[in-house]
Amino acid sequence: MQNQCSASSVDSTQIAAIAARYKNESDQLMRILFDVQKIASNAIPRDVAAVVSGVTGIPEANIYSFITFYAMFSTKPRGKYVVRMCKSAPCHVVGAAEVAAAIGDFLGIAPGQTTSDGLFTLEFCECIGLCDTSPAIMVNDSVYTDLTPQSAVDLMQAYQRGGVK
Amino acid sequence: MQETRIVLRNVGKYNPASVGEFRALGGYSGLQKALSLDPAAIIEEVKASGLRGRGGAAFPTGTKWSFVYGTAADQKYIVCNADEGEPATNKDRVIMAGDPHSLIEGMAIAGYAVGASEGYIYLRFEYPYIMPVLESAINDARNAGFLGKHIFGSDFSFDIKVVSGGGAYVCGEETALLESIEGKRGEPRYKPPYPGVSGLYGKPTVINNVETLVNVPVIINNGAAWYRSFGVEDCSGTKVFTLSGNLVNRGVYEFPKGVNLRDLIFEVGGGCPNGRKLLGVQTGGGSGSIINGDMLDISMDVESCEAAGATFGAGDIMVFDDSNDVLEIVENLMEFFAHESCGKCTPCREGNYRLLQLIRKIRKGSGTMADLDTLQELSETMMDCSLCGLGQASPTPVVSTLKNFRNVYLEAIERGRN
Ligand code: FES
Repeated sequence: MQNQCSASSVDSTQIAAIAARYKNESDQLMRILFDVQKIASNAIPRDVAAVVSGVTGIPEANIYSFITFYAMFSTKPRGKYVVRMCKSAPCHVVGAAEVAAAIGDFLGIAPGQTTSDGLFTLEFCECIGLCDTSPAIMVNDSVYTDLTPQSAVDLMQAYQRGGVK
Repeated sequence: MQETRIVLRNVGKYNPASVGEFRALGGYSGLQKALSLDPAAIIEEVKASGLRGRGGAAFPTGTKWSFVYGTAADQKYIVCNADEGEPATNKDRVIMAGDPHSLIEGMAIAGYAVGASEGYIYLRFEYPYIMPVLESAINDARNAGFLGKHIFGSDFSFDIKVVSGGGAYVCGEETALLESIEGKRGEPRYKPPYPGVSGLYGKPTVINNVETLVNVPVIINNGAAWYRSFGVEDCSGTKVFTLSGNLVNRGVYEFPKGVNLRDLIFEVGGGCPNGRKLLGVQTGGGSGSIINGDMLDISMDVESCEAAGATFGAGDIMVFDDSNDVLEIVENLMEFFAHESCGKCTPCREGNYRLLQLIRKIRKGSGTMADLDTLQELSETMMDCSLCGLGQASPTPVVSTLKNFRNVYLEAIERGRN
């Protein structure tokens, strides 16, 4: 158990292995932190940041400063699927609020919350560049467009059943 | 209306995973020709073409290149701004997904012209599915000898790395983007020095938008005079427009600059669905001007848009119908800017938040006539004093609606009085 990051229950050796790719190439920091985040409960909590810091030599404070600047990182553990619902104007005028409400009602959580089974975290996000096929959402790295409240709920059900890779 | 596909010339015509198919369409012939020319001659040709930046600022591309060309340095960079974060813009996504090789070719030509051997594509986080398309195209180009060492047997070497954004709108600002590549918070730098002199890692750097760079190979192949035959006098070539909002035919369409906005909305976009009437249009993205239905006869080029009180921006046209509340849209936009302000400078950090508060207050029915003056004055302060384009442009939805939808504000205030 000693190689375990407590808050995030991830193997710290795996995190260290990703961080070891760093080698003072600052242009790789974003990518490394995203890769770390993927295996660390979709977040970079402090104990995970400490491992990255130890390997790269980047002070923990700098990592914290970096990840709290960019919207796609979290310091708090998130669900297996991060559902990002676009609320920017081009989505908004074609019914994004109704889609978001349907997803929230179905999952029983509000944006910023995680379902009790740890499967979904709901977030609002700004324009994801699918404005001409909006309303649009992202689920982890996948995107879904032209949603209706019903198709959005169907999609969540498919994720619950594990029918979406 | 027939599109004129210069930028989108290859989209849908080849499999992005096949560099051979791209080559068969004449791909990389612009680079091949460029390598037989003097770098200064290439820059002159790009200047003569009148090519201007397609990311929103419309700065003359050849002039930008000449700054980097004229600055001596051991290392220079070409950075492609693929951080397409302006709400209502998704044309670069379509270009990159369908024709990654023309972007690579444009970057390599830029590199040869200014003397840079390294390039970066800064791809927004929200396009993770484009990342493998770009990376495999770069690999294929390298294996085929169009990137890497001694391209086409010349002395010129050039290679490209793709880096990801982190979901920060401000990183579309060029110096914030550079900070982000360097592994820092994406906060804009004080300027000068400009990136052409001191850019990525302090080296002279060209930063161009995706669409801008994709124009380059055809300008080299067909010449400046050919390019100028499209568009209008001071604004040559075409523009890839993103049509979004309450339209029947939303999508990405390419037309010569100077195309009429009304035609774009009604002939191309098909007007509003469900028998609804058009209430307004936001032009130029989330930070662009919101105009009303009486203002649609505008020639879509940078100068005409400005003269008409619209915004050309990155060619964004977001239509909203009469089921919408204008103030609700303005509130939505100001929530966006209050969230996306990086916080480095006070006018933007505080200003966007205060604009949002005032809009909410007016929507709630507790606004006063004095609040309208405050909105105007605060907006002007932000436009004059913000450090970067974010805070300089973000009050535009407010000031444009104060002008073009004044009655909506007056009615909200009146409603509150009763
Ligand atoms: S506004 Fe939602 S994808 Fe652009």
